[in-house]
Amino acid sequence: MSALIQSIPLQSTPHETSLFTSKDLQSDQEVRWCPGCGDYSILAQAQRIMPDLGIPRHKIVFVSGIGCSSRFPYYMNTYGFHSIHGRATSIASGVKLAQPDLSVWVVTGDGDGMSIGGNHLIHLLRRNIDLKVLLFNNQIYGLTKGQYSPTSEKGKITKSTPFGSLDYPFNPLTLALGASATFVARSLDRDQKHLQSILKRAADHVGTSFIEIYQNCSVFNDGSFSQFTDKEVKDDNVVVLEHGKPLLFGKEKNKGIRLNGLSPEVVSLIDGKFSVNDVVVHDEKDTALSYILANMTYQSHLPRPIGVFLSIERPTYEAEMLRQIELSIKKQGKGDIQALLHSGETWTIK
Amino acid sequence: MAKTTHQELKEVTIRFAGDSGDGMQLTGTQFTNTAAFIGNDLSTLPDYPAEIRAPQGTTNGVSGFQIHFGSVEINTPGDSCDVLVAMNAAALKVNLTWLLKGGTIIANIEGFNDKNLKLAKYESNPLKDGTLSEYQLFEVDITKLTTIALQEMNLSSKLVDRSKNFFALGMMYWMYNLPLETTLKWIDEKFAKKPEIRDANIRVLKAGWNYSETTEIFKVRYQVAPAKLTPGNYRNITGNQAAAWGLMTAAKKANLELFLGSYPITPASEILHELSMHKNFGVKTFQAEDEIAGITSAIGASFAGALGTTTTSGPGLALKTEALGLAVMVELPLVVVDVQRGGPSTGLPTKTEQADLLQVMYGRNGEAPIPIIAAATPADCFNAVFESARIAIKYMTPVICLTDGYLGNGSEPWLIPDMDNLPDISTRFRTDPAGFYPYERDKETLARPWAIPGTPGLEHRIGGLEKHNLTGNIDYSPKNHDLMVHLRAEKIAHIAEDIPLAEIEGDQKGDVLVVGWGSTYGAIRTAVQRHRLKGHSVSHLHLRYINPMQKNVGELLSQFKTVLVPELNLGQLIKILRSNYLVPALGLNKIMGLPFQAEEIETKIDELLQGNKS
Repeated sequence: MSALIQSIPLQSTPHETSLFTSKDLQSDQEVRWCPGCGDYSILAQAQRIMPDLGIPRHKIVFVSGIGCSSRFPYYMNTYGFHSIHGRATSIASGVKLAQPDLSVWVVTGDGDGMSIGGNHLIHLLRRNIDLKVLLFNNQIYGLTKGQYSPTSEKGKITKSTPFGSLDYPFNPLTLALGASATFVARSLDRDQKHLQSILKRAADHVGTSFIEIYQNCSVFNDGSFSQFTDKEVKDDNVVVLEHGKPLLFGKEKNKGIRLNGLSPEVVSLIDGKFSVNDVVVHDEKDTALSYILANMTYQSHLPRPIGVFLSIERPTYEAEMLRQIELSIKKQGKGDIQALLHSGETWTIK
Repeated sequence: MAKTTHQELKEVTIRFAGDSGDGMQLTGTQFTNTAAFIGNDLSTLPDYPAEIRAPQGTTNGVSGFQIHFGSVEINTPGDSCDVLVAMNAAALKVNLTWLLKGGTIIANIEGFNDKNLKLAKYESNPLKDGTLSEYQLFEVDITKLTTIALQEMNLSSKLVDRSKNFFALGMMYWMYNLPLETTLKWIDEKFAKKPEIRDANIRVLKAGWNYSETTEIFKVRYQVAPAKLTPGNYRNITGNQAAAWGLMTAAKKANLELFLGSYPITPASEILHELSMHKNFGVKTFQAEDEIAGITSAIGASFAGALGTTTTSGPGLALKTEALGLAVMVELPLVVVDVQRGGPSTGLPTKTEQADLLQVMYGRNGEAPIPIIAAATPADCFNAVFESARIAIKYMTPVICLTDGYLGNGSEPWLIPDMDNLPDISTRFRTDPAGFYPYERDKETLARPWAIPGTPGLEHRIGGLEKHNLTGNIDYSPKNHDLMVHLRAEKIAHIAEDIPLAEIEGDQKGDVLVVGWGSTYGAIRTAVQRHRLKGHSVSHLHLRYINPMQKNVGELLSQFKTVLVPELNLGQLIKILRSNYLVPALGLNKIMGLPFQAEEIETKIDELLQGNKS
């Protein structure tokens, strides 16, 4: 790192941290999402948890692409970069590699992150650069006013698919797991407490954290997640994953997920046929289990899991990059340009 | 047998040609290092196929390397060659067109057996059927002589076959009276851990030399005296290596960390390779998943305070287009090196062309001006890249540095600069929160402050949407957009105040001014010099700065009856010159994937001079 960068104090001090509250994170820009948009809640939860992370505000960077969700950085009074469509992940990668001690967050959507930016996303995940990726999934293109997205259900009628969409949707979680992500989670815009806890978990993870956040688009796709958010039905339709705990759901927690071979199925714990001992116990370190749970998505006979699907450790790209740099300085000595220019075959003209 | 005679030459061009597995690039490079070592001026050009290993023995698989060296100033790899070393029939077929009438051919007999003749699609053996009667033909059974030289070593036939290029090299060293030492030392170091290969190569190199000495097969032995070069320490350098070192040097002189985001692409990959080796300089190289991630990661790195750079060629640059616009909008330093190749589309990956000029000048949505600097020679890639970085940092802007395949792969001797004599191009990050506005401009440069994440009190947001003149907040209002478009344009145009004036070589007014840019420098210079020796009123203007152009270019152009613009495209610089200066310039355009020959330009100038008279 250059002397100029080093001259700026990057280490947090308790004094600075204590100075910063959720309110400090609100920028002077008027928030311009549609009334009822799920983005408001996600912004609020992010602003709520940030002061607790112990990271000073000037060391936080939000990078986004293009789309409704990507306006996010304008409303966060941290460093921010609202970039171009699909490239938030690669821009953020550059930020993090240049200054590895920054806390870098990526805000993207189902179109930005999985369609135009799909390539960058999968490569980020396999590299395990320590970025926090918040994928706002509203299953629609909002900013361009209502075309189907890569996560829209097949057959969806939109402006660009008047006869129904033909594409089978991506499952963001299996895509992330397939790309060897080390932290994969799902939460909901409406479940404030759960979203806050997942954001904190993501912040604490060392490596790429990938969170799919179900986000309601009140204008073009209203109610697409209501079965998971409406009070009356959500308990029967959502199973909350907690490490070391059995997968129970229902208002009375009297239903569970049992593995029949490798296939998850719903069992009732009321009739005495199955007990809690038959129910799968969640293990965030179990890659195989994470696939099984992520694949419960789009299966109407199964509840939708939310929570942390996988959280495993793998060295980050930037740590290994710095290690290579240190190692080669140790081996070859610190580089001297003048010596480099004179290396190899040279000759003197008198 | 006649005794060998000695002859002094001012300049010679040799072309080594063989199958792409025959090690011709290595042979050429070794010859180059030796000629450089004894003090010749020189210029080289590799000519290799896009395929890694095209079918052996076919014309598609031929790899060539031309070196032009002399005791006089050498500006090009040579229009044609005096000597052609042909390791097989296909190599002869492809390269004979470059050989001067009366020139020397050294042919490896084994490479002209029935199988090779058939693969090269020769109906009869050109060594025997009189095809080569206008040349001096030397048939040498290089394969067999190599085998004999290695007989006692019990090597595999594959290893023996791989050594035969050293036999040819040994012969050429003898013919041009060059020492073996440079190559012997190189073999020693390169194969230190493979003594068998080391010994075999040394043995074969010496065998080639001894064969020429004892058989007296060549009647004439030549000598090329050292050139009169500026005193100092020299090295041979390719354009791509020079570009890589230029980036490292610029980062050092700017006191910034160097970040390269890049995706492999011919003919630019060597810059990525070179920078990847220098981790102990703190260089961070990131081989991205595609061209777009290459440039966007570099933009991210620049946002965070590094010198963000990306390297590519035409097709890659096309993919980076949108991100270039972003860099213009967010006004961050970024150096983009475009090693041009033949296009359009995938085009001619290993061949050279200058057809990206209008792409880099205009190929973006919206009004998105970017400074453009073009390198003139392989070693000049160092300076061009360094200057690009200087402007990028000082003016907070992306800069595109144009080189091409001919420069990137070509090499020449380079007077190694002294780090202390290079300008300090360091900048200051903004640290003071008092009165901070992300888009407040420096009064002199119109650059905005570089405020990097990690700085307390300067938290701000940037992005691709049009921004308010001062705060950088989103602002779509008509007057603000008009102002911002003009400010961005003015900032770039204003750089003309910060670059040296253009200089004409030759008379300041006269009949013909030849205007060039980029790698045509050497051929144009040679052609103009030849005319000037004949007393013709011909001058040369080389444009290093394409955008903005130097302030006096219009004035210089107006002093000549005729302006000729040779380009390796269908006329791109000429469009800019005509539109900027309303000059009735004439084009000389070549689009064959090959550099200009000085003679082609010389002939065109002749025509123009005749026309001026009539």
